[in-house]
Amino acid sequence: MAQTPVHGDDMATAPQAAEELHHHPGPRQYVWVAIVLAIITAAEVVIYYIPGLESVLVPFLLAFSAVKFVLVVMWFMHLKFDSHLFRRLFVTGFILAMIVFSIVLATFFLGPEAPGLTG
Amino acid sequence: MATKEAFADVGHDYTSTGLNHTKVAMWSFLGSDCLFFGAMISTYLLYRTRTLSGPTPHEIYDIPFTSVSSFVLLMSSLTMVLALAAIQRGDHRGLRIWLFATAFLGTTFIGGQIYEFTTFVEEGLKLSTSPFGSAFFMLTGLHGAHVTVGILMLLSLAGLSFSGKLNQEDSLKVEMIGLYWHFVDIVWIIIFTVVYLIPTE
Repeated sequence: MAQTPVHGDDMATAPQAAEELHHHPGPRQYVWVAIVLAIITAAEVVIYYIPGLESVLVPFLLAFSAVKFVLVVMWFMHLKFDSHLFRRLFVTGFILAMIVFSIVLATFFLGPEAPGLTG
Repeated sequence: MATKEAFADVGHDYTSTGLNHTKVAMWSFLGSDCLFFGAMISTYLLYRTRTLSGPTPHEIYDIPFTSVSSFVLLMSSLTMVLALAAIQRGDHRGLRIWLFATAFLGTTFIGGQIYEFTTFVEEGLKLSTSPFGSAFFMLTGLHGAHVTVGILMLLSLAGLSFSGKLNQEDSLKVEMIGLYWHFVDIVWIIIFTVVYLIPTE
């Protein structure tokens, strides 16, 4: 049985998708994003070695990492400019991973019979 | 019964959502790969303090060296996106230059990883030394395998370009390999922070 051909509005979206390319940033913007990423990476390493920052080191590192992650995904992977469906697909997978593995990790720490991390 | 006309009609690249099916498939794959690396990172977090008689993370990690490796991989994302920008404007010479630059930076990263693994083994941390060793080598090794696959795909793209089989209209192929490459980069962003920089205690 042949698959039903798709016509009409769906085909009309092809030029629309091609038009999205024109909204992609140019090389100069990519270089600026890369400079910001390099500065954040340098900042991560610098604060790692500053003795007085032990108490806030982890939140700072996680925040820096999150900013770098978002910059690459939004600008280099073009999620900021592409269809929202791609964003949903990726964010769903990412959040699902965070939830599932947070629960897994929590089982090792929470509750009276939690095995913990000793060893 | 399927006819040639029917196949010709469904042979276009756009789905009923109006989006390119290759791109939808790639984003679905990347979303699912989050679960794969999430499992590996969670395992590492569980086992990183279980070092038995082997070296601890604090004793063995060389942060300045890994920082340079991370910087190299991060910059490879820039060269990758510049390769995409080049083919989108029909600049084939620029495409090849940036593809080779990306492959070179990726190879440098892998070289650094091989050096790091060799050093760790010499210092007494092997895959079988401790749960920490197993989790570390599995996580970073599988990430390295992803980077290696990415390098092979980049070189394949360069080969297609040299043989004249990669035109401006085929920029989606470069974009798909680029998405994979950037994904490998964002996974390393997390690994660098969670594995190397966040202290064990």
